[in-house]
Parts: sequence; structure tokens; C-alpha cells
Amino acid sequence: MKLPIYMDNHATTPLDPRVLDTMMPFLTDKFGNAASRNHQFGWEAEQAVEQARKEIAALIGADPREIVMTSGATESDNLAVKGVAQMYREKGDHIITCVTEHKAILDSCKHLEKEGYRVTFLPVTDKGFVDLDDLQRAITDKTILITIMTANNEVGVIQDIKAIGKIARERGIIFHTDAVQAAGKVPFNVNDMNVDLASLSAHKMYGPKGVGALYVRRRNPRVLLTPIIDGGGHERGMRSGTLNVPGIVGFGKAAELARKDLATESAEMLRLRERLRHTLERELDEVYLNGDLEKRLPGNLNMSFAYVEGESLLMGINDVAVSSGSACTSASLEPSYVLKALGVGEDLAHTSIRFGIGRFNTEEEVDYVANRVIEVVRRLRDLSPLYEMAKEGIDLKSVHWAAE
Amino acid sequence: MAYSDKVIDHYNNPRNVGAMPKEDPTVGTGLVGAPECGDVMKLQIKVNPDTEVIEDAKFKTFGCGSAIASSSLATEWVKGKTLAEALSIKNTDIVKELSLPPVKIHCSVLAEDAIKAAITDWKKKHDE
Repeated sequence: MKLPIYMDNHATTPLDPRVLDTMMPFLTDKFGNAASRNHQFGWEAEQAVEQARKEIAALIGADPREIVMTSGATESDNLAVKGVAQMYREKGDHIITCVTEHKAILDSCKHLEKEGYRVTFLPVTDKGFVDLDDLQRAITDKTILITIMTANNEVGVIQDIKAIGKIARERGIIFHTDAVQAAGKVPFNVNDMNVDLASLSAHKMYGPKGVGALYVRRRNPRVLLTPIIDGGGHERGMRSGTLNVPGIVGFGKAAELARKDLATESAEMLRLRERLRHTLERELDEVYLNGDLEKRLPGNLNMSFAYVEGESLLMGINDVAVSSGSACTSASLEPSYVLKALGVGEDLAHTSIRFGIGRFNTEEEVDYVANRVIEVVRRLRDLSPLYEMAKEGIDLKSVHWAAE
Repeated sequence: MAYSDKVIDHYNNPRNVGAMPKEDPTVGTGLVGAPECGDVMKLQIKVNPDTEVIEDAKFKTFGCGSAIASSSLATEWVKGKTLAEALSIKNTDIVKELSLPPVKIHCSVLAEDAIKAAITDWKKKHDE
């Protein structure tokens, strides 16, 4: 076993060596521009891009012509939200999303609010789900877009996308989903789920960074977008810019591997995740799972370790890469807005750790991580005045804290 | 976030961890911060009533590595000092000693507050 151990696979995933092998020729000899129509170099590049596009489409049950290559999922989210808003401005000015979305969606929506659009940010239940009745009630005759992520990047909760898609379809509203965390990890099919637009990212599925895609439905209904980047009219006019050929080739290979191994890989992720969860719950008191257990990404475990601040826990397990919802680990110095939306108190949000198990993690690594966490949580609880007070039977909620 | 060697040392080997009985008349207890803010420090001092010298100090902290280090350092510094000397410890001294980055300055402020709160608590017991 090699240290440090990487177990933060929601942030990014390592490049699969098979993906790198596929990319290498396009970083060396086959450097052509896929838009060069009149020589061997261009044809080669174009052919490779089209092969990759087929694989990306196959992963989500789409037609290759429905895949628009982008620089990553942040761009895909921006293009979906802003592109629909501008294209359908005549039809309406209302967008529905939810509070636990990725910042790429939330901030795109806030940008549109400043331009005069109206946005409904739906709340979520304490398990992390959008309430379908809330969604129905939020729809108006001016609603042009519903955007709800498939799986959450922090708590791994998987929304009922099929049901949301059905509601959107019945009401004639375009439905976008950020499927970055879900695609390649759990079954995801744009036709079964009535999805009109879907954001994807290569580096979350063992592909390279700097490449993503937006699925754009071509028929029933045909979705149109106003581009946000103007230029040479690449990607059927929806996204100009020279194609990132090696990146796209890598994305294609990553999608192919994810599709072929999905069933066995997700079963293994789930086995390891449950092994980790059971060990932690058996050995430590007062640990709390954040988000629903059943409808959850197989590799995701988000837990609060009461009375132990997250950053200090990360510091103790410094040969393990995971992340925390603690304020001290965020740029904003606020604890996780996702946990807050689930109703997790700020005291527990500060103690949360997100484990992201991936393709290359082993059982030995999971056991090592579990033991390190147990050891450090125990040590820090011995150091924690809150744990001491709780053990003395003091209700921490009744204490008048000096800083409040 | 890269930590200074001194922060890492205090985190790995915190000095004076523990608790003293709150009811003991020679003990002053300071509890500062709040769980919602992600930092709570409890700092206790045992003071000789005749000399007003801090003979022992203990702490427990819920917080990041810098908060743990700041309070650990505070207990080291107050030991052997008179109350008046301990009151003159400034958060900026802690920042300097631990090379805390700007985002961690509040940890040092909290440690200074904890010293003051413990002294106030001890004095309250002795004014009565």
C-alpha cells in the first residue's frame, strides 16, 4: 500500500492509465486540428473526436450528434442555464433550481437574476431531496428551465431525475441536469429519464481535466441554445473554439471504460463504502451520516464526527486525502451550504468529512483510512471541551456561548 | 493550507491537555468561542492566592490545528507568570510565535480571550 492515500474522488479522479495510452498519440504525432478539412492531420483528429463522441453518447444513451464538447462541466452548466435563458427569453423568464446545486449552476442563476430573470431556489428535505410537490407548485407559465443535479457532489444524494424529467416534459419545460458525479457511476439514460440537457465532466470519471460535454436533445423536443462563446462555429454553432483533441479522445476512452465496467465497479464501490461506514459506526460513538443512505452514490460517504472540528481531523490524517465541510477548509470561511440546506447544524457541519471512494481504492486502503480516522477522532475528542461537556451530561444547546 | 512547524508540533504534542475541578477556589476557568463558529477553547489556571502566580494551566480545544496550537502555547506561556504578567500576553505574540497566516488570526484572538476569561473567573472567586 502506497501513502498518501487518495480518497477524494468527488473532487477529481486519477487518470486511468488506459485513458492516457489512448491520448498519447494525440499529444505527439497526431496533433492535427479537427477542423482542418483538407489534410491527413485534420482527418485523423476529426475521426478520433467522432469516435470519442460516440462513446460519450453511449454512456448516457444519447445520439453522438447531441454531444457538445466543452472545457469542463462548469462551462457546460453555464452554457445550459444561460444558453436556454437567452434563447427562450420571449417564452418566459423563470428558472427553477435547488439550493444544493453546484456553484456553477447557482452562480449562473444569480447572474441571470441580475439580468431580470426570476429564479426559484427549491429547498431540500433533511435527506437532501427536492420535494416533487414543491417543484410542481413552483412552476409557472413563465418557467422555461428546470435544472436539478442528478447526484450531489458533497453528500452523494441522487435525486429522482426520472420523476422530475416527467414533470418537466408534461409541462413543456426544458430540463437540465448536472450529471457530473452520476455519469459513469450509476445508470444514467437521457431518454429513460426525460433529460433535455446534461452536463458531464471527464476528470470525474478517470479522464483528463479541462474537458467536458453538454448533452443537448435534438428531437422531442429539439433544444436550442444561444452560445456563450462566439467564434468559428464549432460544435454546431453552440460552442466555438478549437477542439481539445487529446482531451476529448481521453474523455471518450474514460466513458467507454465507465460504461463497460459500471455494474461491477459500482458494486465494489458500494462494498468498500459500507465497509468504511460500518467500521466507523462500530468503533466511534456520535457519528452521523449526512444525506440519505439508500439513494446515494456508491462511493460517497459524508459523516459528521461530533465534537471534532473537521480541519483538525484532516490535519491528523495527513497521509489520507479526503475533504471537509468545515468552514476552516473553505475559501468563504463558511461551513458547507449543502449541509446547511439539509438542516445539519453548523456545529455538526464543522465536523463533517467527505470520503470519496474511487476505482483505484482497495480494501486495504479503506481499512487503513478507517483506522486512522478512529485513532485521530479519539485523540481529538480527548482534547475537546465539547466532548467532555457532553459526557458530563451538559446539553451544549443550553450553554450560553461567549462568541454568540 | 500549509502549517508552520510550530503549529504542527503543538498539534501533535499538545502541552498541558486536561481539566482541573472548576469548583476549586484556586482554579479559574475560561470558556470562549462557540460550536457553531467551529472553535471552542477551555483554558484553566491554578493560581497561588498569596503570590498571584499561575502555578498550573490546562486546556481543551475544539477547533482547527491553529486553534489547538494557540491554546496549547497559551498554557505554556501563562505558567509561572503572575496574573498581571499573563494579562499582558497579546494575540499578536501568539501569531508571531506560531507564524499564523491572516485567516488564522482569530485563533490567536480566542486564545487571548481564553486567558482573560480564566483570570476574570479566578478574580471573581476571590472578590467574593
